[in-house]
Amino acid sequence: MIRNSKNKKETERDIVVKVCLGPGGIASGGERVLMAFKEETGKRGIKASFEPNCSVHQVGCMGLCSKDVLVDVLQNGKKTTYQFIKPEMVGRIVEEHIINGRVVEEWTVREDYNAFYGKQMKVVLDACGKIDPEDIEAYILMDGYESARKALTKMTPVEVIEEVKSSGLRGRGGAGFPTGKKWEFCRSQKEETRYFICNADEGDPGAFMDRAIIEGNPHSVIEGMIIGAYAINAKEGYVYIRAEYPLAVKRLGIALGKAREKGFLGKKIFGTDIDFDIKIKLGAGAFVCGEETALIASIEGRRGMPRTRPPFPAQKGLWGKPTVINNVETLANLPLIIKNGAKWYSSIGSDGSKGTKVFALTGKIKNTGLIEVPMGISLKEIIYDIAGGIEKDRTFKAVQTGGPSGGCIPSSMIDLKVDYETLAKAGSIMGSGGMIVLDETDCMVAIAKFFLEFTQKESCGKCPPCRIGTKRMLEILERITAGNGKEEDLALLEELGGKVKVTSLCGLGQSAPNPVLSTIKYFRDEYEEHIKNKKCPAKVCNALITFSILESCNGCGACRIACPAVAITGEKKKLHRIYQDLCIKCGACFEVCKFSAVEKL
Amino acid sequence: MNPQSKKEDLLGDILEKYRDTKGNIIPLLQDIQDIFGYIPEDAVDLISKRLDIPESKLYGVTTFYAQFHLRPRGENIITACCGTACHVKGSERIINSIRTILGLGSGEDTTRDQKFTLEKVACIGTCSMAPVIVINKDVYGGITPDKITRTLKKYQTKRSDDKE
Ligand SMILES: Cc1cc2nc3c(=O)[nH]c(=O)nc-3n(C[C@H](O)[C@H](O)[C@H](O)COP(=O)(O)O)c2cc1C
Ligand code: FES
Repeated sequence: MIRNSKNKKETERDIVVKVCLGPGGIASGGERVLMAFKEETGKRGIKASFEPNCSVHQVGCMGLCSKDVLVDVLQNGKKTTYQFIKPEMVGRIVEEHIINGRVVEEWTVREDYNAFYGKQMKVVLDACGKIDPEDIEAYILMDGYESARKALTKMTPVEVIEEVKSSGLRGRGGAGFPTGKKWEFCRSQKEETRYFICNADEGDPGAFMDRAIIEGNPHSVIEGMIIGAYAINAKEGYVYIRAEYPLAVKRLGIALGKAREKGFLGKKIFGTDIDFDIKIKLGAGAFVCGEETALIASIEGRRGMPRTRPPFPAQKGLWGKPTVINNVETLANLPLIIKNGAKWYSSIGSDGSKGTKVFALTGKIKNTGLIEVPMGISLKEIIYDIAGGIEKDRTFKAVQTGGPSGGCIPSSMIDLKVDYETLAKAGSIMGSGGMIVLDETDCMVAIAKFFLEFTQKESCGKCPPCRIGTKRMLEILERITAGNGKEEDLALLEELGGKVKVTSLCGLGQSAPNPVLSTIKYFRDEYEEHIKNKKCPAKVCNALITFSILESCNGCGACRIACPAVAITGEKKKLHRIYQDLCIKCGACFEVCKFSAVEKL
Repeated sequence: MNPQSKKEDLLGDILEKYRDTKGNIIPLLQDIQDIFGYIPEDAVDLISKRLDIPESKLYGVTTFYAQFHLRPRGENIITACCGTACHVKGSERIINSIRTILGLGSGEDTTRDQKFTLEKVACIGTCSMAPVIVINKDVYGGITPDKITRTLKKYQTKRSDDKE
């Protein structure tokens, strides 16, 4: 049995060290920590009389990025997790823990680490952070590729589709379309040639779930693609992935090569008569290319502009042939559904939304990172139990889901359930999984403007409602935040927003007004403060705030040195002052002043 | 062999590699940018002639995608994250400070001495360290306008191969 072989492998080596090399781990210096472990253990293995059999691995995102670099040390089946590890700390861990078996308690994780995982449910992310993503054997030891083998050798394509349909799996790319239905529709087409595409464009500007899945467990996505391609009878597949994700591209490339060597990809895969192979296509940095028809245009080497649907890609897709496009996370769910069955899968989640959802949980909270929760969990549980509440004990104001296509949900609705229907009813969307928590110091008008700036810039320009409508809406928001808003602006925004939503060609324009409309709906007063009283209550909008130095200034000069615009003068030990016309309102003085002598108004 | 003609040889190889593959324009331009750091006008001219693709189409694709640059970029690339998490933690202020420090005028993204190029990117996946900037390959998290002044000074005074 698999379990035995796994145990064998772990005991063969007495001690296993796992270093997080997810996006957060690497940025915090994870690679240097990994090197340090390799050096230290190598060095002592030779010298010490006691030679522990120790192996050191890289793993993908472990989840709690705000405590990076995280390191797991496994010894006799017992796991110790260390947090905030730096290369210079490694020597002591090796000496005390690995050689002498004494855990370095003061560097281990605290209670909040366990609380962070308490309400989570790791299904898709189960192996992320546990296995070395560049080692196919590690994935195989966890029953990897057994689901694809089962589908291809024991099930008919129709049976696969039925299983996926009854699992209730819906697309995780944003729209939530039932995956089995999409496949069935594609399978029913007459054309012989079909394509299967994995959408790894991940355009939401505050999210990194798909990146973390590919970097942490690329084989699960490949296996999902094999299952899907079998169901629709496709011989060729593509992964369309952002070029800004070099590590994900690299690990995916390694994984594809290994899978080919094993005969899981290529000709006659799994010993059947079926051929299927996958190519990587690098996206070139356009948000709209996440939209299916634009993505297809981009793979074909054209400008990534969407076209009207129907015909849907399932009818006429890549090179005019029936094509299925699925999101990374959708695909990573598939091996589990085939392995554990539709019944198991549909037992997780809420009525209309089955399974789990991965979120990139960030913003003004204590614990930030990658989480996976069962559908139907409440926002409150996510923000207070998992994320540990608002940082610096400020007041929770709103949570933004769905990125530039989504909306803001106010604190009064904190008991809301997280599933497709409930979020949509509240004026937001599930989206691909960005979740940003905002506090009292965030200006909702500025947030709306931020997202609209993004969509306006990313509008491909093909259809006028999106090209011109978002531009006009943005101009209105710009004048409101500059203190030049007019009484009628809110009504105008609502009218324009409504029209852009219903008349735009693709999902980009159809959802672009959401951040604006949802904030007007829930935070109307804040807009009115900007328009009528020319005030930004959260003190964010530059034109509506001024920085000045109070009499209590003791002339320490910290602000003068910190000011990048050289807008502060004053002699040492004397009152300083800010030249308002030079001030760029960066807030550097406000932050460095240790005596609270800089005022923001 | 001088480096320029070596680059031209590489260009020739790339053109051969993509001669017959379907949907070749984007990977072709990506490879070219890998060599030159941007897409030189001469290269566009050459692709157009050799592969018989109209220049208008090539420029159409090049200007559509944010990844492609038609002008040479600076020695040091500063990538400022403008993702949502970084935005709510003040990335706009950071970017303004960087522009002021480097003396970039509106619409400019490369300094006159070609030492720095400032680029923006959406979420680099390290939101827990927001706001984040990347200089060349080094990630700096929890950046404040004050810290950025000090960090940039290091790159301004010497070459860029040491870390904080
Ligand atoms: C403007 C726009 C951007 C999108 N970006 C993405 C994306 O980055 N990743 C993704 O998987 N889907 C994205 N989608 C959704 C896709 O069009 C498509 O619905 C999805 O990839 C289908 O896969 P699924 O059924 O597995 O969710 C985007 C849609 C629009 C309109
Ligand atoms: S938003 Fe800046 S790293 Fe994610």
